[in-house]
Amino acid sequence: MSLIASNLSLKPEEQYHLDDICFEMSQGQIYTIIGRTLSGKTTLLKTIAGLIAPDSGGLVLDGNDFGSIPVWKREVAMVYQQFINYPHLTVYENVAFPLKQRGTQKAEIHNRVMNALSQVGLEGFQSRKIQALSGGQQQRVALARSLVKEAKILLLDEPLVNLDYKLREQLREEFKSIFNTKASADSILIYSSTDPVEAMQLGGQILVMDEGRILQQASAKEVYENPNSTKVSQITNDPAMNLFEGMVGEGKIILSPEIQFDSPKHFKGLPEGTYTFGLRAVAITLGEIGFPFAIELSEISGSETFLHLKHNEINLVGLLDSVQSFSIGEKVTVKFDISHLYAFSTDGSLKSSPYGGLM
Amino acid sequence: MRLFYITLKYLAVTLWSVFVIAPFLWAISTSFKDFQSVTGGATYIPWVDFEPTLDGWQSLFKSPARGGVDIVEPFLNSVFVTAAGSLVSIILGTLAAYALSRYTFKAGPMRNGDITFFFISQRIMPPVVLAIPFFIMLGKLGLLDTLLGLVLVYVVLLMPIAVWIMVDFFNKVPQEIDETALIDGCNPFQAFYKVVLPNSIPGIIVAGMFCMIFGWTDFFFAFILTFTEVQLLPVAIVALNSSITPWWSLSAAALVSVAPLVVVAFIVERYLSKGNLSGALK
Repeated sequence: MSLIASNLSLKPEEQYHLDDICFEMSQGQIYTIIGRTLSGKTTLLKTIAGLIAPDSGGLVLDGNDFGSIPVWKREVAMVYQQFINYPHLTVYENVAFPLKQRGTQKAEIHNRVMNALSQVGLEGFQSRKIQALSGGQQQRVALARSLVKEAKILLLDEPLVNLDYKLREQLREEFKSIFNTKASADSILIYSSTDPVEAMQLGGQILVMDEGRILQQASAKEVYENPNSTKVSQITNDPAMNLFEGMVGEGKIILSPEIQFDSPKHFKGLPEGTYTFGLRAVAITLGEIGFPFAIELSEISGSETFLHLKHNEINLVGLLDSVQSFSIGEKVTVKFDISHLYAFSTDGSLKSSPYGGLM
Repeated sequence: MRLFYITLKYLAVTLWSVFVIAPFLWAISTSFKDFQSVTGGATYIPWVDFEPTLDGWQSLFKSPARGGVDIVEPFLNSVFVTAAGSLVSIILGTLAAYALSRYTFKAGPMRNGDITFFFISQRIMPPVVLAIPFFIMLGKLGLLDTLLGLVLVYVVLLMPIAVWIMVDFFNKVPQEIDETALIDGCNPFQAFYKVVLPNSIPGIIVAGMFCMIFGWTDFFFAFILTFTEVQLLPVAIVALNSSITPWWSLSAAALVSVAPLVVVAFIVERYLSKGNLSGALK
């Protein structure tokens, strides 16, 4: 089973919500659409669900025109970022709802509902009212309702975004194990997120979206190692990859008169000229030998410290794997791990990566 | 200072309660008086200041020929007209409000907000402006002085209230609920009546209450559009106010006219307070 989108476009007003979207998705795979808010993720999911009609382009499922099927007849299930359930129904009735709509036999409804509730860890909750559940439990009900349908396409629109941190971590693990079993094997699973960590953890294929366009579609590993543009590098990293202008010349990289260093090995063959360099926060740390920067802000996050650093026009975010306090304006020496340095052309396309060498 | 504010608060509540309850107490007291007790100076406490009698209440069920005022028929007319007018208004108003809340309409420069305003603008006009057109239209249709004519007029008057309240209510129900119902296999109408409607009961009750209050208490159109065949309760009560007003009967009739609204308010309040109607859309 495969879902093919060809040239899907939607431009209700001035801006494109979907801009020439093309992809092919296969059964048994998890596809994570990652993009910032208003990048078109939800619009794309709703278009696949049939809730939004594109201006042009088409969807084909298993060789059949999928776009002309009304939403209530499409083999899709969807979980929203809000905890959308039917408040007037009990947990059992909520999960049974799509099956009742299909006219499924009572006994089969019962078996499938209980199975779905067990999958999401809600056994014993079937007679509760939705209002009596916590946010996490409500989202589990929504997930159970989407699983019980055994739909060909399962859409999850940032399902964890409205949960608190701890619950998000817990549910992410549970979701992953659910997806890696039955649901994922029988269907095409499309998950949208703004969180790069979530996207990477889910694995599978990643589609990076921005302003209604798909910027890159590849495996999670490939997107992480070789983001094909500065935009992708920003979207798929948290904190966003540091980008700074500089020159490549005579085997050196020159960012400013004070910041110059030898080109890394993977830059060999890179033509001399001006580039945008990229370095993840994890590759920027403090050392005894390095370059002079001033602390603009330091943020403690768990057992790590994020440093916002400034040198003339160069602004970077670095990461210390310990908790440390700094005063604003404090002078520090910053060390770059240039073996993880990326080079992008001035128009933003990837020219050299630590994992793939020259592009 | 806190004590002062608490005292002030309770004083205000007490004054307001007296202001609201006093006319009721006065009407209740008067409904049990006879001619002598009413005309012979101010009397307040039954069995002390005056001997209570059921004459006022009994007169409500007697025909004028037997010395009564007979408000049974006007009462039933009012029940029918208010119930039918409110029911039709709620059904049509809810459907219209759902459409205005969920779909985008464009008619020239008019958009959804303008259409909603158009509905409610019917209520901005003074009733007297509508009276003549209603009179002419009902006359042409042969519906003057009929219950059906009054129901039609009340639907026109009450539906804007229903639309106004329900548009606001539906706007607060996340559209994702309808979308989820569609994805779960409902067609648009099933999504409305199986999912949206059951979760909109609080709004429907509020709209229904407003419709019933406006319909039940209307005097103006009931007076203008009826003559001899049909009489509604407010008109019948006002008609008691003649050269020799039977204040005891009038008070009893006034209490009867208020009773249904009090009962409705109590039922709705209890129903709402149970939390059964909470939309609970987190």
